[in-house]
Amino acid sequence: MGEEEGLHQTQFLDTMFVRGLKRKCFDGEEDIEGTLAGIKAIPSYNLQRQSLLDMSLVKLQLCHMLVEPNLCRSVLIANTVRQIQEEMTQDGTWQMINTQSTGQASLDRLVSTDILCRSSRDQAEGKHVPAYGTFNKDFESDQAQDSSETMSTAPSVQAPRNLQSNVWEMENPQENKGNFQKSLDQIFETLENKSPNSVEDLFSEVDNSYYDLDTMLTGMMSNTKMGHCDSLETFSSPSNTASNSNCKSDLNDLDHIVEILVES
Amino acid sequence: LAGAGGDGGGNNEVQWCFLQVKGAIDEDVAEADIISTVEFNYTGDLLATGDKGGRVVIFQREQETKSRPLCRGEYNVYSTFQSHEPEFDYLKSLEIEEKINKIRWLPQQNAAHFLLSTNDKTIKLWKISERDKRAEGYNLKDEDGRLREPFRVTELRVPTLKPMDLMVEASPRRTFANAHTYHINSISVNSDYATYLSADDLRINLWHLEVTNRSFNIVDIKPANMEELTEVITAAEFHPHHCNVFVYSSSKGTIRLCDMRSAALCDQHSKFFEEPEDPSSRSFFSEIISSISDVKFSHSGRYMMTRDYLSVKVWDLNMENKPVETYQVHEYLRSKLCSLYENDCIFDKFECCWNGSDSTIMTGSYNNFFRTFERGSRRDATLEASRESSKPRAVLKPRKVCTSGKRKKDEITVDSLDFNKKILHTAWHPMENIIAVAATNNLYLFQEKVN
Repeated sequence: MGEEEGLHQTQFLDTMFVRGLKRKCFDGEEDIEGTLAGIKAIPSYNLQRQSLLDMSLVKLQLCHMLVEPNLCRSVLIANTVRQIQEEMTQDGTWQMINTQSTGQASLDRLVSTDILCRSSRDQAEGKHVPAYGTFNKDFESDQAQDSSETMSTAPSVQAPRNLQSNVWEMENPQENKGNFQKSLDQIFETLENKSPNSVEDLFSEVDNSYYDLDTMLTGMMSNTKMGHCDSLETFSSPSNTASNSNCKSDLNDLDHIVEILVES
Repeated sequence: LAGAGGDGGGNNEVQWCFLQVKGAIDEDVAEADIISTVEFNYTGDLLATGDKGGRVVIFQREQETKSRPLCRGEYNVYSTFQSHEPEFDYLKSLEIEEKINKIRWLPQQNAAHFLLSTNDKTIKLWKISERDKRAEGYNLKDEDGRLREPFRVTELRVPTLKPMDLMVEASPRRTFANAHTYHINSISVNSDYATYLSADDLRINLWHLEVTNRSFNIVDIKPANMEELTEVITAAEFHPHHCNVFVYSSSKGTIRLCDMRSAALCDQHSKFFEEPEDPSSRSFFSEIISSISDVKFSHSGRYMMTRDYLSVKVWDLNMENKPVETYQVHEYLRSKLCSLYENDCIFDKFECCWNGSDSTIMTGSYNNFFRTFERGSRRDATLEASRESSKPRAVLKPRKVCTSGKRKKDEITVDSLDFNKKILHTAWHPMENIIAVAATNNLYLFQEKVN
């Protein structure tokens, strides 16, 4: 119970959140209780805040293909991202992202996002959310796998077009299609050049401006490639979005459509 | 308006009995059947529902017979019609959903009934009329409608009206289109019964019921630069008595009251309602859970009620700095906000409603639970709309969510709540204690237990 009170003091976590971290990130390493006993134990708070940021950015990118997304929801998520960004800027942790040290730490960050994406029921039952579970297996077991195969299960591939065209305002749909193709090419080019082994390489190339919400929105509005490509780069586990998509059953169609698009 | 029982003065708590349930029993819910709005008309004799498939179903209350005055009327289907069809916006390459977002009745002025129904983009005025007679003995056409040969018309006769089986027809009388760039979330009929407002995420328009080719923009919060957008309109409603006054709520938890007499464009509010944030409970989710999903004036017009993610607040229109009453709907979810954000439930838009006498308010929750709050006595109840407790006249047993470690018998733990079973739409009969609760694709009707 004391652990949970500590959580409440961080104003941020729920029980599921912490249990997940315990299983994956801190197994056999630090004592979780020791870490969380204090208010705002720095590593875990930052980690979870980063996870929330990742999740929020994924949510912004994932839009319904055919129907205009909910503007209220998008605005609320964008405001959350902005809040996190402001706090990270004040904390000075904004700089820490660039100097992210070991591949192990990066992997932890990926994994913690993994935990976030699982529903609490699946957590309790130890189940894998199906499509997500598949990706997880691919990523962990087969490092040499062609990245484009990974992309085929990621509805976030749709993201560039949808992000820029649907989140705030529709621009010319013709332009969007052109940019989508351009973004898609850039994504493949980028991923093919990197083997998933060099996770730290992926992170070391993080463009700070990716986290700049205004830049991202500007990127959307003026149809530049900046926001989308980089954001997909830094989502080193882009198929996390697949698990988010399972939260909405009608996005299963999205996977199918993306597969078709990518193969063509 | 005096409610039948459940009044303020120290009466016994209202007990609810199951009356009816409408809708399919299948476990497999067809998306189109999901109810998206519920609304009683001004007398409570008619109850309209709209669904995701764009259909409107109207139920009518059976007349009580004089011989059995205590036998309360049941609601049976009166009319069903397709209000909106899916559309495709070719310019944006986007579908326009046919889902009915809101239905609002007009007060009855003649034999026919009128209602407004809206999807994301288009509002329609429907006339629902009964036909129980038909004319026979036309001069120019046969009984089956074929034109008669002119030379066969040898005499003039006056057609006579003959009774026929009751037929209820719904016909679209007006279509109010092309006035909203963003998704319509509210419509509200003015007390002048001649105008109404429609609100989308960024704008509110004023319409005259007779005029479809023009509407007046009365609120516009769209920033010049969309990148600066941080707040949207979430709901709007006209004051029940003052035809120049309306309110609109925002995603930042604020309510603005506007007076149309002061300016043509009501971007300047007359009153601004906001409760200061409690700094000790601030989190990254604070803004999201403060977003108001519904705003409703009391019947008296003295108060308004707002629903945010975790609570319902009653505001006195004369006090802007804080609500006069706050009711916690499901406070146990506060520690689960991260999960609810992840699965998008935190964005669910719950509605709320007043009873006829404004003494009690009701709103929905998860696991097919809904909550009633008696304002005077501060009694609250958690009830469930489920097939299991759907025996005729069965009294609803209060439910309880277990928030601490030890779960008592009949309690439900927070972790076993079904977040897919959400009650977003509820309605209360304007004069009696009859409530309609939409649980996904089923409509439950409950009435007060009569001893």
